[in-house]
Amino acid sequence: MAELGELYQELILEHARAPRNYRELASAHHKAEGFNPLCGDRFTVYVQIEGDTIRDIAFQGSGCAISKASASMMTQSVKGKTEREAEELFVRFHNLVTGRNSAEDDDAGLGKLSVFSGVAQFPVRVKCATLAWHTLRAALQGSQTAVSTE
Amino acid sequence: MTVNRVLAKMYGSQPAYFDVERIRQDFPILDQRVNGKPLVYLDNAATSQKPRAVIDAVTRYYQLDNANIHRGLHALSQRATEEFESARDTVQRFLHAAEPSEIIFVRGATEGINLVAQTYGRANVAAGDELLITAMEHHSNIVPWQLLCEEKRAKLKVVPVDDSGELRMETMDRLLTPRTKLLAVAHVSNALGTVNPVREIVQLAHARGIPVLVDGAQGVPHLAVDVAALDIDFYVFSGHKMYGPMGIGVLYGKKALLEAMPPYQAGGDMISSVTFEKTTYNRLPHKFEAGTPNVSGVVGLGAAIEYVERLGRANVSGYEHDLLTYATSEVSRVPGVRLIGTAKEKAAVLSFVMEGIHPHDIGTILDQEGVAIRTGHHCAQPLMERFGVSATARASFGLYNTRREVDRLVEGLRKVREVLA
Repeated sequence: MAELGELYQELILEHARAPRNYRELASAHHKAEGFNPLCGDRFTVYVQIEGDTIRDIAFQGSGCAISKASASMMTQSVKGKTEREAEELFVRFHNLVTGRNSAEDDDAGLGKLSVFSGVAQFPVRVKCATLAWHTLRAALQGSQTAVSTE
Repeated sequence: MTVNRVLAKMYGSQPAYFDVERIRQDFPILDQRVNGKPLVYLDNAATSQKPRAVIDAVTRYYQLDNANIHRGLHALSQRATEEFESARDTVQRFLHAAEPSEIIFVRGATEGINLVAQTYGRANVAAGDELLITAMEHHSNIVPWQLLCEEKRAKLKVVPVDDSGELRMETMDRLLTPRTKLLAVAHVSNALGTVNPVREIVQLAHARGIPVLVDGAQGVPHLAVDVAALDIDFYVFSGHKMYGPMGIGVLYGKKALLEAMPPYQAGGDMISSVTFEKTTYNRLPHKFEAGTPNVSGVVGLGAAIEYVERLGRANVSGYEHDLLTYATSEVSRVPGVRLIGTAKEKAAVLSFVMEGIHPHDIGTILDQEGVAIRTGHHCAQPLMERFGVSATARASFGLYNTRREVDRLVEGLRKVREVLA
């Protein structure tokens, strides 16, 4: 049976209550909007790029505890990374929340993000955990249309 | 005074004549555990569960009578045809329609609305005309009219709702103009539970010669419907929301309107003769029922109506009204809860938000407690916007839900606060 405590870890709840980098970024070179039409979650991700490095990143919007905490922790973990590193991190994060990671590489470079491992037991919540990441990808690719999880 | 209130007065708050524990035995699916806890199914506005009478009727049809209808000379075809047409008579009586030919079988309320938009609408709406809907409509009673308006360059007007979730009737009165070609309105709001004053609405519209379509998807499961007494022009509903099978629904239309309408889909059964030069359409209701219909669905729908009528429409309404009153008062007492939709007349829906907690998180935690509710925008995004929320949590009740289940919902909501606060 899936365990609630593994989904709603203290660190996740803390980020959901007080999200980091929660603001508009006036200097953003890229921005994208992400939308989950099933639950109405909606986020805007702002990215400031220097060379190919994410110099600053911020987000705004509304969503559930999982999507908001994920957006907050994403901004912390990709700041200072190159676009390529951020993309690689998303792939590893995606594998984590969809349960495709084996036990030994659970932590592979994910750091604090491994707190989202409990999401794998709640398949309907994967979209919540990945919404901000999909939006970041769209922002970096300069996509003009809002990304949707559907 | 409504029937509900008269009954409540006669029988007290917990009607003795309605033995819910016995009724629960009729619904095999309810007897199961979800995540280790007895299932509490409170997502009836999305779809209701089916009594054994319906499951058996469908099974029996396939085991004994299955054949294609209307054209076969053999015994099975005759039996299947008879069952199909007798279910139509059942629906006619259920809605108090004047004739069985006014009952068109469709896939569900959505298809019923699309049928009217694409036939009546396309034949009667021209550039500059207006269609009137309300701010509390389900997307299925918005988008078909939007498509029609785009095609015909007509205008879609919207009657607003007030803070309690009731229609602003004085604005409706103003928005019904000489250009208005049709008014489409929900009988009961799926997201708020508001019961709209259909009688008054029809009178307002008819005073200006405007026909009215009522979306009864959330109406028929909870309220008695009399299309003749209310003088409704079109009424649609889905079988699966009122204890019948999925994939079957009904469009009621006044005979004169249906007869004047062009056909919807073309194919077998909707014709009386075909040559390559000229096709003559079949009479009602077959004109609108092209192709082999969902016979087992119709048989199941007939069984569902008979089941509800055996329990008594007034008994069901009275019991559900009492349950909603209890749930409203219990859920309101949970700290941080705000109800969305507090109309004076409501049926079976309790929509709410919790301060600082997203409905999605409420839904996941309740599911862990075995309590099934719906969270999200309930296919009514404009309405969510009206109330300044992106989503709500919605508990919706059926005739088999109990006060004990409401208590389990409330316990679950306390757990939500424990986990997330």
